[in-house]
Amino acid sequence: MGRLKTIARRTFLIGSAAAVGGVAFGVYTVRKPHENPLTTGAGEAVLTPYVKITADGITLITPRADSGQGVYHLQAALIAEELDVDLDQIKADPGPPSPAYWNTALAAEAAEFMVPAAGFMQDMAEGAVNSVMKVMGLQITGGSTTVPDQFEKLRLAGASARETIKALVADREGVAVTDLTTASGNVILPDGQKIPYTSLAADLAGAEVVQDVRLRDPSQWRYIGKPMQRIDMLAKSTGTQDYGIDASVDGMVHATVLMNPAQGGGMAEYDASEALAMRGVKAVVPITGGLGIVADNTWRAFRAAQALNVTWEDPSFPLEQADHWAALEAAFTPEAQDSEKRNDGDVDTALSDGDILSAEYRAPYLAHAPLEPVNAIVRVDDDRAEVWTGTQIPRFIQANVSRITGIPADKVTVHVLMMGGSFGHRLEDEVVKQATEIAMQMKGTPVKLTLSREEDMLHDFPRQIAMARMRGKVTNGQVEALDLGIAMPSVVASQLSRQNQSVLGPDSQIVAGAWEQPFAIPHHRVTGYRAQPLAPISSWRSVGASTNGFFYNAALDELIEAAGADPLEERLRMCSDPLARQALEAVAEMSDWSGIGGLANGSKTGRGVALTKSFGVHCAQVIEVTDTDAGIRIDTVWVAAEVGRVVDPVNFENLVQGGVIYGLGHAMNSEITYAGGVAEQSNFDLNPGMRLHQCPNIFVRGLESGDRVLGIGEPPVPPAAPALAGAIWAVTGTRLREMPFSKAVSFV
Amino acid sequence: MQLRINGTLHEVDVEEDMPLLWVLRDELGLTGTKFGCGIAQCGACTVHLDGVAVRSCQTWAIDAEGAEITTIEGLGTPDLRHAVQEAWLAGQVAQCGYCQSGQMMQAAALLSENPHPTDAEIDDAMSGNLCRCGTYPRIRAAVKHAANLMQEG
Repeated sequence: MGRLKTIARRTFLIGSAAAVGGVAFGVYTVRKPHENPLTTGAGEAVLTPYVKITADGITLITPRADSGQGVYHLQAALIAEELDVDLDQIKADPGPPSPAYWNTALAAEAAEFMVPAAGFMQDMAEGAVNSVMKVMGLQITGGSTTVPDQFEKLRLAGASARETIKALVADREGVAVTDLTTASGNVILPDGQKIPYTSLAADLAGAEVVQDVRLRDPSQWRYIGKPMQRIDMLAKSTGTQDYGIDASVDGMVHATVLMNPAQGGGMAEYDASEALAMRGVKAVVPITGGLGIVADNTWRAFRAAQALNVTWEDPSFPLEQADHWAALEAAFTPEAQDSEKRNDGDVDTALSDGDILSAEYRAPYLAHAPLEPVNAIVRVDDDRAEVWTGTQIPRFIQANVSRITGIPADKVTVHVLMMGGSFGHRLEDEVVKQATEIAMQMKGTPVKLTLSREEDMLHDFPRQIAMARMRGKVTNGQVEALDLGIAMPSVVASQLSRQNQSVLGPDSQIVAGAWEQPFAIPHHRVTGYRAQPLAPISSWRSVGASTNGFFYNAALDELIEAAGADPLEERLRMCSDPLARQALEAVAEMSDWSGIGGLANGSKTGRGVALTKSFGVHCAQVIEVTDTDAGIRIDTVWVAAEVGRVVDPVNFENLVQGGVIYGLGHAMNSEITYAGGVAEQSNFDLNPGMRLHQCPNIFVRGLESGDRVLGIGEPPVPPAAPALAGAIWAVTGTRLREMPFSKAVSFV
Repeated sequence: MQLRINGTLHEVDVEEDMPLLWVLRDELGLTGTKFGCGIAQCGACTVHLDGVAVRSCQTWAIDAEGAEITTIEGLGTPDLRHAVQEAWLAGQVAQCGYCQSGQMMQAAALLSENPHPTDAEIDDAMSGNLCRCGTYPRIRAAVKHAANLMQEG
């Protein structure tokens, strides 16, 4: 067993523990005197992520889920950087493969370990942030936090493992540690002889961990900052990557559900006789809010679901879309005020006379709609349960399965599988709850539950609906005052309520992407209003900023137009943050900015610009469109984002382009609306997002101010819609104040 | 019913109208072909029937009988990659990767029919395949790269 005798630099300690066939190294944070948490589980390694060295190879055990962002790859690169192994020598294991890797006793410890110093969790709810962080911090993948969180810790783990290995070899061979070098997973002796790390696995399990390690200077980095081959790329380029939906367990049956199409409503009565007579159908069982259909083939289950006759009850939220908007309109009151996080100058006096501009903006509910429909395999036995699923919240799943089955949480094993996208969708676990309820009614049989696209989209807790009201004034060609009020239901409260958590205090997501923007306007106020709970909602890629980035930039654009100024020049003039300035200057240079073009120049081609700071990242975009006979064509996007440091430029470019496309596609043509309490869009025919022929050229630049690493999964999304709206205004003269823009213009 | 898939004849006992997708996935365990929408809107389930790209979620099993069915598993393997797979790997196209089996099958069918597609022809052929992660710029580049690889032989 590794022992801890000294406290390492800062507050991190590196622990080791025997793992089956080898040793594991991990980093944890010291809060109080305690034993090495890696060894508190009866000799089994328990803290993740960590690197495991066995005779078979080197494995990164990571609880961070990969929904396509490449976080397995990036974490492997951080370890490889210090451990001196080749990237292709590291396998990533997506989570706890056995109860040995899953120890709830360490939840608090691990929570501390997993939570980033700044970011999503700190942003999301001020009142009860600590308790929420403790609960959610463990094994949640979201808020673009993975890379910043792990940037130092994984390198420390790698460095400590390397030095421990060298110390062991030095001792055994009778040479000085300083005479040893390491490369490609080998210790190299002074005579050139190579000793593979893997051959030392058994001995390492008892070695004392070297704590006093120093991280390499960036000038020595072999991986970080350089283009890398993502470790999952071969499988994903050959159709051999298995996702949750591809998982198979011996003896499993295939199931689907038919839930009340009105989200969350109950079931009054049902008749399954027709479905039960269909080929391959094994059972139809009632579950909360609907029915589980069990068959010997997914399609037979889908088909049987269509043969069910059910009488549904109404949901608890307003049935008609107009009433949802009305609820937001009614929320702009002092009583519903949730926050006033910015109040510069004297807004009320500034807006008491003169020409006051006012406008109202709307953003719809939106489905997340990753391409892999949600799915899970659950087996419930008398004394234990096992879950296989692609998820961002394995710990909540463990707790929920325990609650539903009455089986202690430490007897619930969760296997985290690769996800075919998420965008926040897999921060929810209804599919696991449903599969568990079905599996409870057929104990011992693994139930593989796959939702049809329609079931998935109808019950996708959507992005928040939101509305903003702007009042402002310009003076002498400059923006003088901006008073922006934003109303939405609390996405954090809705989401956490499903995990039996409550949040005190304001929800800063209501104003995220608006109140903290880097512009110095003399009289400037941003007020958040919390609307009543409406349809249940959930975190959608970039959360509050996904709506507010549009509201804020769209309001700025109207004021800048009134001032007769250039939207990029005026943003630069007002800019109050040097990093934001860098981003704006970068897109100006990349796009060779010389104004918006369009109608003013007698051109069919025009431009818009936007900048949103979200998740700590300043992301600026210039978008160029052409007004063609077939509709608006988006030609080119120039993006610059300041992220401190770009870990892998290839993955970075891919994620930024994808974020822009996600933001643009939904702004163009997607929404969820309710009629009779049921979402009116249930498949990609009505909710397509962007298709390939609509995709612009996208030029990406990462700006690096060094010394920190910020995640890039979400920040490219918020500025995309307003930059597009600005460009469309340039060529049509139409101000777009409501998404999706297809309500007002058509696209190629 | 007998189906010839990737050169191998399989005997399956399924309804005539079971979509080929679910025969592949649930009856034969060929899970490289993905389920995305079930209504031919996303292209994740694309396979070849006698070399032509079809949506297997909308192809009845009975209609595939007698045809040469090719799935992503038959296009190439990690060790012996089709030019399209090689281009996808070199271009690091994937993010989540879930749509990419269908994208590659669609691209392979395009290139076998039209070895030198123009940008517009690539857009036409590939726009039925959704990628929710937004890898379209890389897909376009990879199709062109694959065309060059195939020309070089």
